[in-house]
Amino acid sequence: MLELIVISTLNGVLYGMLLFLMASGLTVIFSMLGVLNFAHASFYMLGAFFGYQISRWTGFWPALIVAPLLAGAIGAAVERFGLRRVHRNGHVAELLFTFGLAFAIEEVVSIIWGKVPVDYRVPALLDFPAFTIFSTNYPAYKMFMLAVSIVIFVGLLVVLKKTRIGLIVQAALTHPHMVAHLGHNVERIFMLVFGVGTALAAVAGVIAGPSLVTQSNMAALLGPILFVVVVVGGLGSLPGAFIASLLIGLLQTFAVSVNGSLASVFGPLGPDLAQTWLSDIWNVTIAQIAPIMPYLLLVLILIFRPMGLLGTRET
Amino acid sequence: MRKALLAAALVLPMFGSTAIAQETVKIGYIDPLSGGGASVGEGGLKTFQYLADELNAKGGILGKKVEIVPLDNKTNPQESLIQAQKAIDSGVRYVTQGNGSSVAGALSDFLTKYNERNPGKEVLYFNYAAVDPVLTNEKCSFWHFRWDANSDIKMEALTNYMKDTPAIKKVYLINQDYSFGQSVRTQARAMLSKKRPDVEIVGDELHPLLKISDFAPYVAKIKASGADTVVTGNWGQDIALLLKAAADAGLKVSWYTYYAGGAGGPTAIKQTGLNHQVFQVTEGFANVDHKQSQDFEKAFRAKVDLGLWYPRAVNEMRMFAAAAEKAKSLDPVKVAQALEGMKFEVFSGGEGEMRKDDHQFFQPIYISSFGDIAAGQFDEEKTGWGWKQVAKIETAQTMLPTTCKMDRP
Repeated sequence: MLELIVISTLNGVLYGMLLFLMASGLTVIFSMLGVLNFAHASFYMLGAFFGYQISRWTGFWPALIVAPLLAGAIGAAVERFGLRRVHRNGHVAELLFTFGLAFAIEEVVSIIWGKVPVDYRVPALLDFPAFTIFSTNYPAYKMFMLAVSIVIFVGLLVVLKKTRIGLIVQAALTHPHMVAHLGHNVERIFMLVFGVGTALAAVAGVIAGPSLVTQSNMAALLGPILFVVVVVGGLGSLPGAFIASLLIGLLQTFAVSVNGSLASVFGPLGPDLAQTWLSDIWNVTIAQIAPIMPYLLLVLILIFRPMGLLGTRET
Repeated sequence: MRKALLAAALVLPMFGSTAIAQETVKIGYIDPLSGGGASVGEGGLKTFQYLADELNAKGGILGKKVEIVPLDNKTNPQESLIQAQKAIDSGVRYVTQGNGSSVAGALSDFLTKYNERNPGKEVLYFNYAAVDPVLTNEKCSFWHFRWDANSDIKMEALTNYMKDTPAIKKVYLINQDYSFGQSVRTQARAMLSKKRPDVEIVGDELHPLLKISDFAPYVAKIKASGADTVVTGNWGQDIALLLKAAADAGLKVSWYTYYAGGAGGPTAIKQTGLNHQVFQVTEGFANVDHKQSQDFEKAFRAKVDLGLWYPRAVNEMRMFAAAAEKAKSLDPVKVAQALEGMKFEVFSGGEGEMRKDDHQFFQPIYISSFGDIAAGQFDEEKTGWGWKQVAKIETAQTMLPTTCKMDRP
């Protein structure tokens, strides 16, 4: 039992940190620009595929730098030539624009790299078990993922809260005219923030690619859960996204390890439902519904605390 | 013979006979070409295209060129019906599908109804991989033919092998949460408790189909259960990711699988280091001791750059051609009648039979294990490891009874 708790905690934290790595960029973009970027997971996928392609030519480490820069540049271009025009037509148009962009990117990726998973491997330098708990190995690579996530979280917080750059960026959202009068190029700030946000997603992609599976549906697989993270954490709150990521990672992991069902809890008291259609509901285990738990959480949060855990803004 | 057929095919249409007024024989390939099943769907498509080329090189079927029409169903039953309708509208009279018994069930129902309402325009359904036994039992249809052994047959073979393996003491079942996965788990429970009552089932897991991106929590649970053996019917990314998570965690158990050989599986097994401890039940594999199939494998790999996952697809296409030639027609009803009860020398050697009662094909079944191989044998995914035969079950011993009551036209 202790073994399962320790290992599930570790797995949950690992998964949660990966979620955070992806959600951080989404949060930054939302808090700075007020744009909910539906195509965010697509930039994560772009990061993974760029990382794969570049690491074939130059090895993993240069790819870790170059791929996010490339994806960030594409992100900046999307803001400059797409979003900026669409912005004039309001939030719904922006939402639909990024929604369409997600499909376009998926199609382009599957045209270039095909639909079969690509052979993207963990770099040899990190391909060994870091430590063993209860005879379960933990790959060094997963520890590396954890470390990168923490570094990015701290780095982002410091930049946004403690530096002049963060101050100007935050002011640009609420008081764009004032910031412009002070001599800053507001449009360029927005473009750079969007680029940085998408580059963060790409970092997550480069790192997660070898550990999960790099294929053209990976954005669709992780996209929806990112929104859960951002909404549960509180739209625009970076610490909120951090807490929500860990919460969801742990929730999902622990739910998998619980075999209980309504029947096993209320078994002797419950009605005899063996042959009725209700028996399905009665006997379904927590483990079976683990993957939908985060969405349940999303629904509950929206009902009872619509601004999210640490959000300050009503949505 | 071939020349005569060719001539017949050229002349017959001029007499306004029953020959279908088409330039080509179109086979609609309805399988996932995107989403979590895409890796297997793409492999299947390449296989069928290769087989169509093979038939065309020999003059096609009844002198008509064979063409595979790819249709993406995203492993979704609803989408499959849309694609099937699209195929029918473009003149397809034969569809083939394999990935996902939920899809197969929907397609079979749809085509059965379609054929009732559109006499003279029937469409046949060739199933090469959806193995839910229901499809040839309660829900059997005259228009559905299955070339893969159904999951009961495979489980029978697997448990017969497991019965004689005393090292198996604690078994963990993990399967996808839909009709096929559920039938694997119930049969595994039933057959193991009959053949090895001393074996303890320490876990019985169902997880969502093709939706999990990290199996680490499931692997932790398998480990905590103390299992020494895992039985799984998982396919597509679900088996590759499961094995990958097991490799990462260093889980050392024996695996009894239906589809560990699919895309990504062999690479993941190599990473686990489980030499000849991952078993798969199939109707053939690359290193099967049979010259023709090895020659085919060599040519196939040279052209497609994949191992042949579906020897049954070879049987399907060759039997289709043979049945059309026997019926001297490409009319689906006549081809179906010719296929019923047809005996056929299968791709991997030995005789198979398409049982008339339920349209289930019976053939020799092999259990193979994955690990190091002798020099000159086929490896998989460039891992240096390949499949080695551990057991062969003859056709006669795979004949399970059926409950099918078929309506014939």
